[in-house]
This record gives sequence, C-alpha cells and structure tokens, in this order.
Amino acid sequence: MTTITGNTMGHTPAVAAKPDNYLTHGKTIGSWLFTLDHKRIGIMYLITALLAFFIGGMLAEVIRTQLLVPQGLIFHGTGSVASSYAAYRYYNQVFTLHGIIMVFLVLIPIIPGALGNFAMPLMLGAKDVAFPKLNLISYYLYLVGAILAIVSTVLGAVDTGWTFYTPFSIQTESYVVVMVLGIFLVGFSSIFTGINFMVTIHKLRPPGMSWFRMPLFLWAIYSTSLIQVAATPVVGITFVLLMMERVMGIGIFNPALGGNPVLFQEFFWFYSHPAVYIMILPAMGIVSEIIPTFSRKHIFGYEFIALSSLAIALIGFLVWGHHIFVNGQSAELDAVFSFLTFIVAVPSAIKVWNWLATMYKGAIVLKTPMLYVLSFIVLFTIGGLTGVVLGALSEDVVLHDTYFVVGHFHYVMMGGTLIGFIAGMHYWWPKMFGRMYNERIAQWTCVVLFIGINLTFFPQLVVGAEGMPRRYASYLPVYQPYMIASTIGAYIQLVAFLSMAGYLMHSLFYGKKAPMNPWGGGSLEWETASPPPHDNFETTPSVGDPYDYSDLVFDPAVNGYVHIEKPVESLAPVTATH
Amino acid sequence: MSEAIAINPTEEQVARDHLAHHFDTPQQQFDAGTLGMWMFLATEMLLFSGLFCAYAEFRATHPDVFRYAGQYLDPVSGLINALILLTSGLTMALAVRFAQTGKRFALSLCLALTMLGGVGFLAIHAKEYFDNGQAKLLWGTHYAPSVGPNGKPVAPVTGLTALVARPKPAASPGWQSLKSLGKAGFVVSHSAIMPASVGPSGVAASQKPAAAENPFQPANVQVFFGIYFLMTGLHSLHVIIGIIVIGWLLIRSLRGEFGPGYNAPVVYVGMYWGVVDMVWMFLFPLLYLIH
Repeated sequence: MTTITGNTMGHTPAVAAKPDNYLTHGKTIGSWLFTLDHKRIGIMYLITALLAFFIGGMLAEVIRTQLLVPQGLIFHGTGSVASSYAAYRYYNQVFTLHGIIMVFLVLIPIIPGALGNFAMPLMLGAKDVAFPKLNLISYYLYLVGAILAIVSTVLGAVDTGWTFYTPFSIQTESYVVVMVLGIFLVGFSSIFTGINFMVTIHKLRPPGMSWFRMPLFLWAIYSTSLIQVAATPVVGITFVLLMMERVMGIGIFNPALGGNPVLFQEFFWFYSHPAVYIMILPAMGIVSEIIPTFSRKHIFGYEFIALSSLAIALIGFLVWGHHIFVNGQSAELDAVFSFLTFIVAVPSAIKVWNWLATMYKGAIVLKTPMLYVLSFIVLFTIGGLTGVVLGALSEDVVLHDTYFVVGHFHYVMMGGTLIGFIAGMHYWWPKMFGRMYNERIAQWTCVVLFIGINLTFFPQLVVGAEGMPRRYASYLPVYQPYMIASTIGAYIQLVAFLSMAGYLMHSLFYGKKAPMNPWGGGSLEWETASPPPHDNFETTPSVGDPYDYSDLVFDPAVNGYVHIEKPVESLAPVTATH
Repeated sequence: MSEAIAINPTEEQVARDHLAHHFDTPQQQFDAGTLGMWMFLATEMLLFSGLFCAYAEFRATHPDVFRYAGQYLDPVSGLINALILLTSGLTMALAVRFAQTGKRFALSLCLALTMLGGVGFLAIHAKEYFDNGQAKLLWGTHYAPSVGPNGKPVAPVTGLTALVARPKPAASPGWQSLKSLGKAGFVVSHSAIMPASVGPSGVAASQKPAAAENPFQPANVQVFFGIYFLMTGLHSLHVIIGIIVIGWLLIRSLRGEFGPGYNAPVVYVGMYWGVVDMVWMFLFPLLYLIH
C-alpha cells in the first residue's frame, strides 16, 4: 500500500505536464491485472459481465428461435420418441446455461461489481474501497468461477435448470460439480464484495456525510451488500452439499439415501429469493440518482426511499417459501409466505411513488439515462404487479411453472435490473471513459429496446395464463402466435443491443470529450475530472446535499454544468418543496 | 486497540508505516478491518447455519436415528477436543494481548501453543475418523457396520476411549465403555430404542439392507453420519486454515513485526480462532451427547 503512495508521489512531476487519469495511470497489462484501483476493477467487472451477457443473450436467441414452431426449429427429433428426447436435452442445456449465466454471472455482479465499484468510493469522496486487495480477489474469484462455468459447458453442459433441484441434479450425467463449484466461487466473490462495500460505507464516509446525507445509490448498495453477506453463505453451503452428494454420495438431499430433496429447495430459495433483491436494489438506487438529476428537482421522500431499501432487504429474507407453494409445503406456511410476499411489495411501491412525486412539476430532461429510467418504471411496475399475482396462493397453484412466471421474472430482471444497469452505465459512461456517446442514436436505441422487451415478454404472460408450461422444447400449435411475437421481440432486442454496443464502442474513440459534470448531478463523483485521476480527487470535495441543484447551471462553454454562487432567494423554495 | 495502550513515538511511526493510502488514521484502518472481520465471521456462522438447519430438520424427522447413531461417537474424544480448543483459545487471546503490549517472545510462544492445540485437536479427530472408517460407520451407501449378536454393532468404539478402555471385541458402543470405566457392569441396553417401523412421511424409504439385518437399527442411520462428517469436516477444515494462518503469524512474530504500533493481523486471526472454538462448543453436545 505504501509503495503505491510512493509511486504516485514519484510520478507527480511528470503528471503535472499532461493531465493523468486512472485509465492512463500505468499502461502495462500488469498495471490492469494487478490493480488495486477500484475504478479499474470496476471496468474489469464491466467488461467481463458484458461478455457473459453477450453469451447469455445469444443463448436466449437460440431459445426463442427454437420456439418459433411447435415441434422446435433447432432441436427436434426425427420422428421417434427417443430421438426427440435426445434432441430436446440440448434445449434443456441451452436454457439452463442461459439462466445460470444471466443470474450468477450477469445480474448479481454487474451493478455492484461494475458500477458500484466505480462510483461508490467517488460518491463517498473516498480514495478507494476499504479493502482494495480483497476487492481484486473478489474480481478474480468471479473470473475463475465464470471460467469454470464455461469449462463445464465444454465438458458436458448442465441440464438441470438454473435451480439445480435435487434429486435430478444428483442423477444427471452432465458436469454439475464443475458448474456448481464455479458458482460457489462467484458466491464468495459476492460475499467479499458485500463485506467490502458495507465496511466502506461505515468507515470511509467523509466528515459531514451522515447516513441521511448519503446519495441513495449508496443506501441501495448498502442494502444489497447486507443481503449478499447474509444470504450467500447459505447457498454456498448448499452447493457444497450438492457437490458432496455427487462426489461422495453424502445423502442429505437424496431420498434414495434417506435424505430430503425439499430441504434443498428451502436452502436454495433462502438464498435465491433474496438474490433477486441483490439484483433489483442497486438498479433502484441508480433510478433514485438519475430521476432527481434529470428532473432538476430535489428527490422526494429521501428517508422513505433510503429506508425502503433496508426494508426490502430484511423482508426479502422471509418470503422464500413462495417458490415452493406446490412442492409439499403445509397450507399454514403457504399462507404466511403469501402474506409476507404481499408485504414486500409495499416498499417497492413506496419507491415508485416517490420517484413519480420527484418528477412531478420537475423540469424533466429526456436524455438517454432518463429514458431508460422511465422504461424501468413501466417495466418494473408490470413485473412487480405480476409478482403480486403470483404471490397469491390460489393463483400461484394455477400459474406455477407456466410461462407467466417466465414473463414475470423477465419483466423484473430484464426490465428492472438490466434496464437499471443500462441507465446507470449511460449515466456514468462519461465519468468512466471521459467521452460522450451519440445522444440521438442512444435515445432511439432505448425506444427500440423498450418495444422489444414488451413484445418479447408480454405474450409470455398471456400464453402462461392460458396454460403453456415453461422449460418445454415443444408446445401445442395453439400457442404459436404468441411464441412468434415473443421471438420477434427477442430479435428486436438483439438489434437494440448491437446498436448500443456500436455507439458505445464508437464513443470510446470518437466521442466528444466529456465535461466534469455533463448531467448536472449533485453527488460527489461529479466534482472530479472525467475520467477521474488515480487518487479520485485533486482536492477533498466538500459534502453538501447531493440532491440540491440550485447552484448548478449549464455552461455551454464546457458543455456541462458548473457551480455558481448560490443565489440566496433560490434556497428557500427548494427546501420548501422537500 | 480501543483500550489505551501507551504508544511511544517509534511505535506511532510503525503505525503510520502500515497505514494504507486511502485511510486517514491508523485507528480508522484498524476499525475498518475489525468490522470487516466481524462481518466475515458472521458469514462463516451462516455457512455453518445451513448444516445446523439440516441437523435440526433431520433430528426432528428422524429422532430415532439420532438417538441410535449418537451412541457410536465417543464423548471422551469430543470432550478432550473441546478442552484442547478452549485452551488454545486462551493462548490465542493471550497472544493478542502480548502483541498489543509488545512482548514478542511471549507472543511467539502463545502462537506456537495455539498451533499445537490445533494440531492436537486434528490428531484426535483423525483417529476418530479412522475408527469410523474401520467400522464402516460412514455416510450414504458407505454405511455398512457389521452387526453383532442381539443387534449390537461390532466394535464401534471410536476415538480415545478405544485406546484407553480396550473393550472386548463385539462390545458395546463407546459411551458405554466410558461409563464402564467408572461403573463396572453398568450397561444400558439398546433394546430401549424401538426400531422405527416406518420412515417419516415424505421421505422415501431407505434402501439399506442393514435395517433388515439388525432389528434394533432404525432406517436411515446413514443420514446421521452424513451430517456428522459434513459438520465436523467443515469445522476441521477451518481448524486447518487457522493453523496455517497462525503459522504465518508466528513467522512474522519471530521477525519482530508486531508490537503496540502494529498488531492488527494478530487481533483478526484471534477473532477467527475464537469463532472456530465456539463452533466446536456447539458441535460437541449436538453430536456427541445426544444419546
């Protein structure tokens, strides 16, 4: 640690001539691979997770293409039952890999790992996270886990579904152990990231930044970390047990040996339900940052948004039973879990209402991040309300394992987490790389993506309500119109994502230089250069209200927002609306 | 470190030398590390909690299995191991104290003693595992103890009692040997334990043939040994990791790296070792004393 400080000192004279930033601070590959800089680790997470997202997305396109025709377009037999069985097994492998990659390698790590790592210390005005070495170890655990997952695919792709339900996952001939070991490592990466971020927020807040003066993204990251720390070890030991089942035949989950397979489901969902809040909470934090910035108005109901994140984190631990309503759980427990599931919808709704109230009478600027946030609100609301539908006991009995469930969680995961991530990526892109992307193309891409997502997943809600089961490689011809619509939607999404990749890559090389504060954000990351220097801040920034925009005005000379001497009379109305 | 230990200017310089660039004061750095360590230990407890849940679930649904199988384990070994770990916990706590007060020789000695305790624990535990293996008191399909007359299992005595008591071949389980040490002839019969006629609802019937051979043996005894080996195995893994880390501390301590100015690693490892001790204090009664 001391050597790094020494290096920085040593380079200072050369740096003074040409402005140095974290991207140019050290140019060797080693300076990236062994970096302890949270910003570079964030970028490494970003690249890795986006690569994983590309693979998972391509698998999704394979799934949708398969389902264009009732008997399956890609994997189908030659007429005999045996040949169909063999062919459809490939389909099982494809959707399993799609699920595992998207859940464990993309949705869980992408926002905390990439955006959290990059932005959180900046928003705190800190030089780094509390444990920089641990941060790097987290990244490499994630990377090795991801590589193991891909290796298992080459050896013999898992066909259990991403939930690994026993006893099938004990019996199947695919490489479950390698895959589960990979996820186990990714889980430890998640735990270490959570510990790191929580300690950072506890101990590295600058003087003057009390808990209730933190930007809301930090509240969201804190709540997320709380779940990561408290839930992930349980799934860790569950996966250890699953590996032991396969390697040693330990018998805890194997009914043939006296074990209890439902116990696996309890353990799995004790983690995996809170895990959906690991995915959605940081996206909500991003939304809470972007909405006030682009409405030029103080956030409405700060305390409610902040505490509702914690409420979601805590109540989220008490609802896992709603995944196993029909798997032999007693009716009394079913009723309790159903009730708690309704309760957990309340803090999410509190957030949505506060966001809408923030926008009310605001001067809304429809830049790309804000457009994505508006998509988020629409899509997440659909996803959330269909979740309440599924939380109702009697309805869940009918809809369990149908495409309604698929539609519901894709609205939340894709429309919520991923759109939230994309919004955040566009919001902090100028800060990360010091370049502006093409605003017009980005806006159109957002609209296309919004249409694509709805076209993909809304027909799935309908077809699920009509009874089409999930995870089937073939289906009754009566469902085909919905399936075709859904597949067209998936292709539209592909177009949108290719466009996004194109204009973002273009911006890296040809984009306009980004100003310090392109959107007029009030939190501390906008008080430093774009991209930030290696030590984050030239001078220690002063902490104020992160949602006070009264002294920020647009300066065409720098194409960004700058601070002005705060007019005294403007102070009163701003506080009054709060 | 919260307690005020007089730090002279040299030690203050040592503290500054170990200060990472993103912290303002050594105290802030130490507090961050402590908080991080507590949280890590909480996740360790949660890692074990899954196994404790499995234990509770199976004990609730298979009480007969736990009563029957629990007598195979040797409480003397478990108790001695508990005492060993408690003692090593004391030496570790003393090591932390000596690190803070700068008594370097005492620090190294205590670290070495703690390592010794860990190794002793593992040695006794290995002996137990070995005996389990000999008697085929294992998990899953590996559970195949030979059955003696009256349904009494053959030579199930494990651990230290086997070394000391040398029971007759085809004798009673270990805990009985323990009692027979003090109260000769006092033997509790197995027949008090009724065989389970049916397994709990929702759990498939055992495919073990042993249940048919031994009328006193309930179905699914192998589940207990699955849980036993998982819980103690995970704990032993933590002991091994602890020994390695304490060895690393010992090397650094012999180099004279720790003192009042810088002792955070000793404190953190001390916290870890305390948790490892504590887990055994739960495992010991839950596994060895349930009969």
